Amino acid sequence: MAKGFFTDTSVCIGCKACEVACKQWNQLPDDGFFFTGMSYDNTAHLGASTWRHVAFVERPVPLGGQVTGVGRFSLLLESDVCKHCVRAGCLEACPTGAITRTEFGTVYVQPDVCNGCGYCVPACPFGVIDRRADDGRAWKCTLCYDRLKGGLEPACAKTCPTGSIGFGDTEELRAKAYERLAQVRRAGLKEAWIYGDTAESQPGTEGLHAFFLIVGRPELYNLPSDPVVPTKKAGQSWRAMGLASVGVVAAAVGAVLSHR
Amino acid sequence: MQNSDCILIQGSNFAECHPVGFQWVMEAKRRGATIIHVDPRFTRTSAMADVHAPIRPGTDIAFLGGLIHYILENERYFRDYLLHYTNAAVIVDDGFQDTEDLQGLFSGWNTEGGKAHYDFRTWQYQGVGTVPAAGHKEIYGQALASTGPGGQDIGNIQRDETLASPRCVFRILERHFARYTPEMVEKTCGLSKDLFLKIAEKLCESSGPDRTSALCYSVGWTQHAVGVQIIRAASIVQLLLGNIGRPGGGILALRGHASIQGSTDIPTLFNLLPGYVPMPHAMEAQSLEGYLKTTSSASGWWSEMPKYVVSLLKAWYGQAARADNEWAFAHLPRLTGNHSHLTTIADMAEGRVKGYFVMGENPVVGSTHGALQRKAMRRAEWVVVRDFVLTETAEFWRKGAEYERGELRPEEVQTEVFFFPAAAHSEKDGSFTNAHRLVQWHHKAIEPPGEARSELHFLFHLGRRLKQLYAGSSDPKDRPLLALTWDYPTEGPYDEPSAESIVREINGYTIADGKPVSGYTKLQADGSTASGCWLYSGCYADGVNQLARRKPHWEQSHVAPEWAWAWPDNRRILYNRASADPQGRPWSERKRYVWWDSEKGEWVGKDKPDFIQGRPPSYRPQKEATGLATIAGDDPFIMQADGKGWLYAPSGLLDGPLPTHYEPQESPVANPLYPQQCNPARVEWRRKDNPYHWAFDDPRFPHVLTTYRIAEHHTAGGMSRWQSWLSELSPEMFCEVSAELAAFVGLRNGGWATVRTARGEIEARVLVTERLRPFKLDGRLVHSVGLPYHWGGAGRVRGDAANELLGFVADPNVNIFESKALTCSILPGRLSRGRRAATGRVVGEYAAPPGVQRDLEGVGQLADEPSQKKERWS
Amino acid sequence: MKRFKPLDFLMRWPLLRQIRNRDLTALGESALSRRSQELRPRTETADRVVGSICPFCGVGCGQLIYVRDEKVVNIEGDPASPVSRGKLCARGSSTFQLVTGTQRMRDVLYRRPGAKDWEVLPLERALDMVAARVKKTRDETWEARTDEGLTVNRTLGIAHLGGATLDNEENYLIKKLFTGGLGIVQVENQARI
Repeated sequence: MAKGFFTDTSVCIGCKACEVACKQWNQLPDDGFFFTGMSYDNTAHLGASTWRHVAFVERPVPLGGQVTGVGRFSLLLESDVCKHCVRAGCLEACPTGAITRTEFGTVYVQPDVCNGCGYCVPACPFGVIDRRADDGRAWKCTLCYDRLKGGLEPACAKTCPTGSIGFGDTEELRAKAYERLAQVRRAGLKEAWIYGDTAESQPGTEGLHAFFLIVGRPELYNLPSDPVVPTKKAGQSWRAMGLASVGVVAAAVGAVLSHR
Repeated sequence: MQNSDCILIQGSNFAECHPVGFQWVMEAKRRGATIIHVDPRFTRTSAMADVHAPIRPGTDIAFLGGLIHYILENERYFRDYLLHYTNAAVIVDDGFQDTEDLQGLFSGWNTEGGKAHYDFRTWQYQGVGTVPAAGHKEIYGQALASTGPGGQDIGNIQRDETLASPRCVFRILERHFARYTPEMVEKTCGLSKDLFLKIAEKLCESSGPDRTSALCYSVGWTQHAVGVQIIRAASIVQLLLGNIGRPGGGILALRGHASIQGSTDIPTLFNLLPGYVPMPHAMEAQSLEGYLKTTSSASGWWSEMPKYVVSLLKAWYGQAARADNEWAFAHLPRLTGNHSHLTTIADMAEGRVKGYFVMGENPVVGSTHGALQRKAMRRAEWVVVRDFVLTETAEFWRKGAEYERGELRPEEVQTEVFFFPAAAHSEKDGSFTNAHRLVQWHHKAIEPPGEARSELHFLFHLGRRLKQLYAGSSDPKDRPLLALTWDYPTEGPYDEPSAESIVREINGYTIADGKPVSGYTKLQADGSTASGCWLYSGCYADGVNQLARRKPHWEQSHVAPEWAWAWPDNRRILYNRASADPQGRPWSERKRYVWWDSEKGEWVGKDKPDFIQGRPPSYRPQKEATGLATIAGDDPFIMQADGKGWLYAPSGLLDGPLPTHYEPQESPVANPLYPQQCNPARVEWRRKDNPYHWAFDDPRFPHVLTTYRIAEHHTAGGMSRWQSWLSELSPEMFCEVSAELAAFVGLRNGGWATVRTARGEIEARVLVTERLRPFKLDGRLVHSVGLPYHWGGAGRVRGDAANELLGFVADPNVNIFESKALTCSILPGRLSRGRRAATGRVVGEYAAPPGVQRDLEGVGQLADEPSQKKERWS
Repeated sequence: MKRFKPLDFLMRWPLLRQIRNRDLTALGESALSRRSQELRPRTETADRVVGSICPFCGVGCGQLIYVRDEKVVNIEGDPASPVSRGKLCARGSSTFQLVTGTQRMRDVLYRRPGAKDWEVLPLERALDMVAARVKKTRDETWEARTDEGLTVNRTLGIAHLGGATLDNEENYLIKKLFTGGLGIVQVENQARI
């Protein structure tokens, strides 16, 4: 049964419990101490040692259903994570077999196999997977593969105070996501939608095991609006190239024929 | 809380500071509740709110007063609740005069002889004296002592059930808040009238027989020179709307430390003994008899106090506490005034306090005025700090602005300093009391590392040593120590005293057989019982540590009575008798909680009823009744002398019976409501190392400064700034400013700013944000600067401490300092190195904000009384 | 002696696993290393699990502390708690680092008057020294009566601060020893802050 995350950003309070719970369980080091000046976000992005990252979006647009005296303004919060794509660029790019699809449908980097070649890094359309400076190996969210094997839920989902991070069977999560979507839209949040839950809505990844309820354009959250895994593009390229070569041949034949 | 229909969060950044508690707010929201956040800044709490209303820091009473006015003006109060459960109908003394009559002062303001203060006498009920359930009992006792304990004449309270009399509380309330109109709220708080009205209406429509609203606050309400009165104002709102003692209602204090509630219940506070029993004051309490006469009450539950006092003395002094020596009452030290933290530090700075213990607290960062805190400790002979890490407090002798500026070298500091590494909660047994009065046990998992030990270990073994050092002494002063019961069993490799044996003593036991008592109703005043804290009695009932109960919530009701234990007597909602109507029936099916079962002849319900179990709703006391007999069947507020919720507080407070809007000590504006600018009874420390700004319009300090905590760090940082996982989330001290202010003074996002007050100056990174906006006050724009309050000069991530900017000025009732609203200036760029007043040396250069002439008056002057220019009434 | 099973051994060869599992792309289970196959949550190998309460704020979330070989190996929320239902915030989730981190001091330190640095002191010795200082200061600053002749039985020469981060039992002993035994009235904590 495929497992995944449904992250409902409409109830995320930006407390970063997920970031720390993840570091605790996976015993990850810090990512440095830099003040970014970007709202309360100082970890900035997902990386080799930050597998959950909370994005802070301050925008001069009011939020549907909310009234504030500070004027036209809203604060959007989102806990980002590896999407565990149905068609995963990192996995397809990995030449050593270190990156694998688990029995839960999740994408897992085996640290004992990874040799740090780094081919996976540019293959991720979300910029999630990264190599750690000290050991060179590639790291990312494991969707707590060890915990799942023991029947536990991932550390971030377990700790999330407001239930913004939901974990479960992707089918059930999808149903929950749409139920929640209807609810928040009724409450006035007309901009809300579900990001990446199906192959139809996100053909470039064939859908995600970690999908999101977000408000507004995905770029607000630093999410690509149309992510495509490179091999998917490779197929297209081959097809395009094929077509092109057919065209060239046809043109050549045509030219020869017309020359006649 | 999930049962609320509306949750008003004010003076608290709930989602950031208590994220897991906030799940219940979200739960209520899911069930349809409206979430309102009133806060100067748009925070992560505001992001989850339906309505966010920014108000100028320091105007909470104006806002809440506006709500009170709205409720009264539009008759939105819960009439049955109000009439029966509050003192709305009670007639007040003829001599009472309101702030409306006296330009912002109540009657009784006495400026003659010594320190100006209020004489409370005219605030009393007509012809009847009441001892307050909490607060300053001693001064009421003094006045009433000639007649024995206050409350003897409680039967004489005069009431006007029609609420028509101009002297009744209801009408006084109406007059007092008459000018707190929506327009006045707009002018004072800088909040639009429309938004205010929207909130007022929402709160009212979410309250009543079948709906309840909750108010939540934290130090955003307490750290003001009017802190107690802000909470009083909230109580008035909730009593008018009938939201106390009912599910989904209440006023919830969100507390910042694991056991800050517990350390108030079993107090490490100068003015209290365990269980909110007052410390004896020298004037009234030369004898036990005098003490009880002035501090217990003849009516209400506090009439039981003698039992609690004698049981405490038996617990502490054992066989030395005998009937013929007033149970060794003389062993207790006496107070002669204010011995609070700030007073102690001021005295220490004068060399009067020579030894100082600091355990698990970092006052150099977490308290006010870091420079003065360090200065004081430098004057001490010895300081003992117990913590996990070398906090700024442990390193006061070498870390701080004065050392960086080269004014002082560590070698010049003559204080002897001891640092003891502390055991973590995982390395000791013990209990924390949470914000909800739930006393929860944490079990020891492993032994502490190295020479780290628990405080229990430290205190027990220090006590043993001292007993040895004093052994054989015949000096009367040493008798209390020698008599002190100190025979706790020890366990483990480090001779750790058994925490459970202390729980047993706190619970109480019968002297004869040593058996734990089942609760405080079993305690006696005849010396047959001992109990370390009556309020916690029952926590070790049946010889079982009730605090350690961990029955999963899914195996019990949502009230979860079998998870840990709540004081008093495992009751989860206080005063829950108020959840039923005067006849004892639930106010509505939806809000059913506790009710009278006439067949059983007792109170029953989802929770343990907070009432006398078998007392029917119809019970009325005899006129001459005393003690528990004075509590009528429809008096839910059993701790009060008259059983009623106090809209108007005839006693207990030092700054007036009703909350009144006063501006903070330092404000950008003159008080829009009264000629009296600040709380007249506030506590000031007028010393050259604690200079104040002008009361308002100080051109050197034109902006409002407010402080707060963020989700990523914990209080003074001792538990977070040393840790990489938390430090990376918020690695540097920063200040938050609006885009308007940034443009005005030339601040750049991500750049540096210097923030100044007369006490000190700090540098911080700049965060320009739309979450903060200037306030429009009566046509004028007021900017604010927000500072998180976590950093200091030690730790993995370091930064200047916000408290270097704060002064010593406090609420008169509880002596909590004002950190939430003051004035400052802000300049682009990093800190310049000038000398400051608090080090006791020469005042250096002082840069004025752009366009303002430099004016040193009142800043670090060497005169003892810096001039308070422009304060019209002081 | 473990019997060598050639077939088992052969079946661990990824290509055969791939064929057996009909995993054409070799991106699935057949690529799992032995470590990956045997992975389990470390909570399963704990010697004991201890019920605790989060030491940070006043919400009082339940915690479970997992101990193996007398070392804390994991701290996470206790799902049984009606207060927190298994959840912890960023601070609560960092409790593991709070209690096991290298920042924790392990030695008693002493700073002499005028010294530039700390020196290490044995615990027992330090306790003796503190007891001696308490006695000396108390004796020097004892106030039996005020100038007006009122009995006060106290010392204002010693003060205490702290309690809100400590256990109730510890607060109790502070009050009992300092105020009830030694006559120190200036006992305060964070509730005043």
